[in-house]
Amino acid sequence: MAQHQVNYAASGGLPVALTTVDKIVNWGRSNSLWALTYGLACCAIEMMASGASRYDFDRFGVIFRASPRQADVMIVAGTLTKKHAEFIRRLYDQMAEPKWVISMGSCANTGGMFNTYATVQGVDRVIPVDLYLPGCAPRPETLQYAVMLLQKKIRKQSIFQKQKPKRLV
Amino acid sequence: MMRPYRPKDNVQKKAYYTDRFWIAPRIPEEDVSQDKVYAADIEKIKAKFDIKKAYIQRGQLVVIIDPVINKELLFFLRDELGYDMLMELSAIDYLAQDGEFEVFYQLLSLSKRKRLRVKCRIKEDEAIESVNPVFRSADWSEREMYDMFGIKVNNHPYFKRILMPDDWVGYPLRKTYPLHGDEAAQWYEIDKIFGKEYREIVGPEIRDAAWIDKTDTEQFARYGHEVPKGAPYDSEPVKIDSFNEDAPLVETFDLKKSKIVDRDR
Ligand code: SF4
Repeated sequence: MAQHQVNYAASGGLPVALTTVDKIVNWGRSNSLWALTYGLACCAIEMMASGASRYDFDRFGVIFRASPRQADVMIVAGTLTKKHAEFIRRLYDQMAEPKWVISMGSCANTGGMFNTYATVQGVDRVIPVDLYLPGCAPRPETLQYAVMLLQKKIRKQSIFQKQKPKRLV
Repeated sequence: MMRPYRPKDNVQKKAYYTDRFWIAPRIPEEDVSQDKVYAADIEKIKAKFDIKKAYIQRGQLVVIIDPVINKELLFFLRDELGYDMLMELSAIDYLAQDGEFEVFYQLLSLSKRKRLRVKCRIKEDEAIESVNPVFRSADWSEREMYDMFGIKVNNHPYFKRILMPDDWVGYPLRKTYPLHGDEAAQWYEIDKIFGKEYREIVGPEIRDAAWIDKTDTEQFARYGHEVPKGAPYDSEPVKIDSFNEDAPLVETFDLKKSKIVDRDR
């Protein structure tokens, strides 16, 4: 009989944790959601505020990147004009899988108050959207909540996913 | 001039557009001799150019000219008369009324502290000479004028659209252009990114802000009464038969029952 009997099953027995591949990969993905810096209009101010020290997005693992190659989530913050629509599609296609999209504010959701010839009536006409965030502009807390909901969604996903269809302009 | 006062109580109850066809009163046109500086200026202009009309409106001199002399006149105004800034340049659509555009140049003289407006009228298919050699600020304004009204400008150094994309169809600031865009505008992003064959897949834009799909119980609650999410539209609504009326809405705070952490603080 060993002098120090170790109960492996009990917590604190040994530094061993049992998990599934899905869980540990999604744990990593959901807690380091690097966002593409994508401010298009006034909503971008709130997005910047969320990134700054008071609301401190870094503690969710959301770090804004300037390149779509390094980004996991695209936060479409603002009014998408028709002239810009092709570029949002191009940037979306340049992001590496897996990727998610948060549509922030009424303008990105539905065109908002810009019911005019020059505004795309909702970014979901151009790219697939995971989360719609209402408000004009949504407060930073709302954006944080959206990111937390997105994390929840990611944790439920399987790591083996079909690739979304690409179409480069 | 002030706007006439209208009583504001109960203003919400009134129809919003009662004034829709209200026509602004004409601002009186005064004679140029009223102002000494302007009178002297117009003498010099008249000696050299053929002008159609000149008057003072709201303390500013307005000169109406033939469009062919626009560049020469602006050169003259800048060099001889000291109107050295072009504040604004654009056009007004009078196509429905007169079949013409009105192009205007708003000038400012810093030394005289006076403003002067040069106006001219051109037909829809006519082009106007660029005043870019006179004022560099005309560069983008003329491009915008072309972008929004479709007025062609001769001898412009870089003549293309400025705000709308290059392959845009139509000129948005014309009175005939629909606010929600013509067909090319409404499908612009779909045609450009996915191609025309995707129009059916994506579907038309939803321009009605109050639009709700009544039969969609996934995203909208059913009018009047709730059915469970995703249930068929015509299924029975959920009935709440009873609820405990005695249950307190807010539980009162009980010192004895509650555990207080860190009491010393
Ligand atoms: S939703 Fe409101 S705040 Fe956001 S971009 Fe549109 S107008 Fe600006």
